[in-house]
Amino acid sequence: MKELASRDYYGKALADLAADRDIVVLDADLAESTKASEFRKVAPERFIEAGIAEQDMIGVAAGLAASGKTVFASTFAVFGSGRCWEQIRLAVAYPRLNVKIVTTHSGISVGEDGASHQALEDLAIMRALPNMTVVSPADAHEAYAATKAIAAFDGPVYMRLGRAKFPVVTEEGAEFKIGVATVLRRGADVTLVGTGQMVARCLEAAEALEAEGVDAEVINMSTVKPLDSVALFESVSKTGCAVTAEEHSVIGGLGSAVAEFLSCELPSPVTMIGTRDTFGESGAPPALMERYGLTAECIKAAAIRSIGMKKEPIR
Amino acid sequence: MGRGIRELEEKAGLLRRDVIEMTTEAGSGHPGGSLSSADLLAALYFEVMRHDPSDPGWDGRDRFVMSKGHAAPALYAALAESGYFPREELLTLRKLGSRLQGHPVRGKTPGVEMSTGSLGQGLSMACGIALAAKLDGKDHRTFCLLGDGELQSGQNWEAAMFARHHRLSRLTAFVDRNRLQINGLTEDNMSLDPLPEKWRAFGWNVIIIDGHDMAQILEACRKSGLSERNPTVVIMHTVKGRGVSFMENNPEYHGKVCKPGEEAESALAELGRRRI
Repeated sequence: MKELASRDYYGKALADLAADRDIVVLDADLAESTKASEFRKVAPERFIEAGIAEQDMIGVAAGLAASGKTVFASTFAVFGSGRCWEQIRLAVAYPRLNVKIVTTHSGISVGEDGASHQALEDLAIMRALPNMTVVSPADAHEAYAATKAIAAFDGPVYMRLGRAKFPVVTEEGAEFKIGVATVLRRGADVTLVGTGQMVARCLEAAEALEAEGVDAEVINMSTVKPLDSVALFESVSKTGCAVTAEEHSVIGGLGSAVAEFLSCELPSPVTMIGTRDTFGESGAPPALMERYGLTAECIKAAAIRSIGMKKEPIR
Repeated sequence: MGRGIRELEEKAGLLRRDVIEMTTEAGSGHPGGSLSSADLLAALYFEVMRHDPSDPGWDGRDRFVMSKGHAAPALYAALAESGYFPREELLTLRKLGSRLQGHPVRGKTPGVEMSTGSLGQGLSMACGIALAAKLDGKDHRTFCLLGDGELQSGQNWEAAMFARHHRLSRLTAFVDRNRLQINGLTEDNMSLDPLPEKWRAFGWNVIIIDGHDMAQILEACRKSGLSERNPTVVIMHTVKGRGVSFMENNPEYHGKVCKPGEEAESALAELGRRRI
């Protein structure tokens, strides 16, 4: 599979959006890494440096949005969600201001920088905020389309991107609809729900399962909030069980969102793939993905487990 | 200048009475810091700011951000007196279903620009508003009222750096320097002095006034509007609880209201008797 970095496509999308004079981009000294620097190249007057001061950056973003601007504020996921969480809560989410917090370098695949830079909790803390939409694209093409979609959407959004190059699993040019999941593979035995780069692992796992006679459906849940509960209900009604996969803690993220919904509306076995109440550490990204159980192999084993827990096991 | 000094002083007195009545009726709230900022609010809403209560979203309006959100009663009193909403509504403060929440909420109360109440955030918001005006070449001004205690929060100094770096000369911050916070004296709790030097070091114009002297407030507002390069901070020496003898300089009245009956009546008697 071709591999591309979603942040590169975020940068491209920002540059393509620059013709809209209401768009302002804020940076906290990481523009070259987040690729917000692409916007600076074409609209330097609307690229605003906040310095290494994320709390202030969010307040400034809120003030700009209150004056009619569409604001993108970018930094790494740990800093953009955690350092300024309460600022996001009061200044952005509560008054429902038009601020897009787009973070890169999420998850364990940040790699060598280690735990201080590996956001494994951001989906959880952003999802808990009322009025907040949480988007987690599966690949670079979807990151591009999602950037345009959230720019057109009036309200607070948190969008989570990675650092490394990830396999491409969506079509270039496909429209991104906030809150709409896509079924990437049809199947009858188990629903694999992934978000971010774990969608590619779900597809890999589905192929491996097929070799063993298990028919897995794969859903790209690229909006974690609002969760596409219709797609989830339809799929799990058919398959009877699910696996969730995210490069994030199993506490509070996609797995929790799926389990919250299914346990109330369609009680079904769910097995969660994600990090386990733990911090990360330094290492090469593939080695870390392996070490923390974020592989196609693990998803496959989880699928077998979920199927085994069904009241009426497979066929 | 439209209104005279005396008329503005009377307005400030009206706001103080409203603050006591509202918070007594609510049974909770923060009268001390509301009373210390009443003179500034009277100056801004009834003389200095360009605004239109019949059109709260008017694009050309000057903006006011109440960073010390616990002084909401004073802000609500100023907004009601301006005509943003009926004065009778002041007595709904803090009650279920009221538009007048315990701390200011954007979109809830006509005239409230930003949601505040968690201290230390308002100056950043004001920076964003002032920056938007600058980007669009608009000339309206942005005002922000800071408590002195909240200057212990680092975000203010991030915002101070930001405002100077981006040359937000149409931004004026006021510090309600009443020297008290919940624990007692700011200087015992977490000292702020030398405060003017801190702001000067961050590159701001600094004006120091008596925050209860209407002429000085108006002059500071006029002078700060002339700055062409740097933001301005007006450090206002004030008295917490100003206007009610038993509340003045008493940290207890940061978050404690008058008891209904004798205590409230004696406060209102000192302030004169207008009723909501």
